[in-house]
Amino acid sequence: MNALEVVRFAVRGLAANKMRSALTTLGILIGVAAVILLVAVGEGTSQSIQQNIQRLGSNTLTVSQSFAGGGRGGGMGGQAVPAGGGGGAVARAPQAATGPRTQARELTLDDARALADAAAAPSVKSVSPVVTAASQAATYEGTSHTISQLVGTYPSYFEASNKPVAEGSYFFNDDVLAARKIIVIGRTVAENLFGSVDPLGKRITVAGVPFTVVGVLKESGSSGFQDADDIAVAPLPAVQQSLTGFGSLGQIVVQARSAASVDAAQTEISQILDQRHGITGTATADYRILNQAALQETVSAATATFTVLLGAVAAISLLVGGIGITNIMLVTVTERTREIGIRKAIGAPRGAILGQFLAEATMLSLVGGLLGAAVGVLGAQFTIAGVRPVVVPASIALALGVSVAIGLFFGSYPANRAAKLRPIEALRHE
Amino acid sequence: MTAAPVLDVRAVGKVYGAGDAQVRALREVSLSVEHGDFVAIMGASGSGKSTLMNILGCLDVPTSGRYLVDGTDVGRLDERRLAVLRNRKIGFVFQSFNLVPRMSALANVELPLAYGGVAAGVRRARALAALERVGLADRVRHDPNELSGGQQQRVAVARALVTAPSLLLADEPTGNLDTASTADVLSILDGLNDAGRTIVMITHEDDVATHAKRIVRLVDGRIVEDRRQAALDGPPPRLAPAVPR
Repeated sequence: MNALEVVRFAVRGLAANKMRSALTTLGILIGVAAVILLVAVGEGTSQSIQQNIQRLGSNTLTVSQSFAGGGRGGGMGGQAVPAGGGGGAVARAPQAATGPRTQARELTLDDARALADAAAAPSVKSVSPVVTAASQAATYEGTSHTISQLVGTYPSYFEASNKPVAEGSYFFNDDVLAARKIIVIGRTVAENLFGSVDPLGKRITVAGVPFTVVGVLKESGSSGFQDADDIAVAPLPAVQQSLTGFGSLGQIVVQARSAASVDAAQTEISQILDQRHGITGTATADYRILNQAALQETVSAATATFTVLLGAVAAISLLVGGIGITNIMLVTVTERTREIGIRKAIGAPRGAILGQFLAEATMLSLVGGLLGAAVGVLGAQFTIAGVRPVVVPASIALALGVSVAIGLFFGSYPANRAAKLRPIEALRHE
Repeated sequence: MTAAPVLDVRAVGKVYGAGDAQVRALREVSLSVEHGDFVAIMGASGSGKSTLMNILGCLDVPTSGRYLVDGTDVGRLDERRLAVLRNRKIGFVFQSFNLVPRMSALANVELPLAYGGVAAGVRRARALAALERVGLADRVRHDPNELSGGQQQRVAVARALVTAPSLLLADEPTGNLDTASTADVLSILDGLNDAGRTIVMITHEDDVATHAKRIVRLVDGRIVEDRRQAALDGPPPRLAPAVPR
């Protein structure tokens, strides 16, 4: 009795109850497809988040004002300025209103200059103060477009935030000093305002102020809900003069000298800003530093957990499918008790009966697994909930392997029961 | 060939149940069947003939006594050897045919050979020969439910003899058949015995029993009569001139 024959018997057994076999297979199919698809969605989410983070620039630290900040004086008798920060409640809650609080200070150009001090911050390569004006209407010869993000900054911003120019040029330090009204626009802005016209050297009006286009940024692709190309970059004073005023900075983008010195740079920045803002001891800083590398690690860990969670949910459905196999095989064994008796009476060894039912169970799960893998891979070609799933080859191998293992495992109980039947009792069964 | 009988039943007893519900189906039955014999075991229902049949076919184990097939003590065999013994030495014909459903007549006849590990080509040739022997050469592709009762029983006979067993056990082989089919099946059994096959047949019909060379009668689990009606080495008493087609 060779393997081929065992398989042939199994196929014949399954074909006898096509509907039942199909439904049992469906259970495994759904389980395997779910595992592959959900892991693919998790992986896709992870990759797209990683890309978005990388798009922000490499080796950069973004310093922004923290509204949850405002140092806590407490018993230490710090800077006794009456509380007024936006996030006062958070800081005040534990000790009621007993201690005086410092007001959160805003980020200023002087902060940025201090960070650029090579002696105090040797790990810092460049510092770019940034002001942002959201939703600015731009027009060019009657065409108008609302730029979702207008950034006023220094030339180092382009490198630090990973925004290379595709056509034309950047602006330079001279332009910043002279507060020239020139602008580098993103791909989306260029397309909406100029269409097929070459935008270089053209004058556009942003919120009533004329700017000359000197460059177009390289397309970086949309990042989820936000179009990263719907942006324009101009010299800091030009934007402050005409749009935001000379108040606080939105953020300060700091580029570290290398990937290895990012953490050192963060420490240096903290020291400088703590000193400048009078943050001491246990006081909560009134700024926050977004560390690209640390963020990436955190997000990786979070998305990995997310993927595992999705996989676990799918694995449960695979388990349920496996129980379905046990169930249907038990029914089959009961139904075919007499047939088992006949086979035993004419000399079928125990192994042959065991093999036949195990083969049937495994075939159910293997066919379900293969179809499930096909459905999973096919389903991963579509965008699901804004995420492009990325099929992980290991998940296919795993899901298929597990489905076969499930067939063997969940099929072994009914198969054993069949093999153990005593022929005399099996033959009497009606 | 030495004198080891095909069947050697020594003081076999079988008890079902325990305590008050205890039933003694067989009491100290001893029976020896020589090679080439054709034995009919007769008895009313409840006489223990089915129990004896199951023990002879190695489907059941006796509570006491010993049972030897071709000199092998069955009581000492483990399950795997028992399966081999059933496969090689014993051919079964049941009252209710017991063919495996959804398998063609040919596949049914091939089945014991498949379990015996015979190569596919040889298996097919032997199965076809066996089916031809019972006159069903033109029905090999049919499923059991496409065959009449008589045809099904002939397939079952073919399946029983395809492994060339030492013993053909027939449990009321004609119990579910009409007169014509009964004659068909009995004449096939006559022919097989004439060709040297040892047959033990259980029946309660006197007419069927007249085909046997020896009649053993059971009452309440005891042999009450053991009568020879034809010589051991002669032809069976009602052998037809030729196997009818």
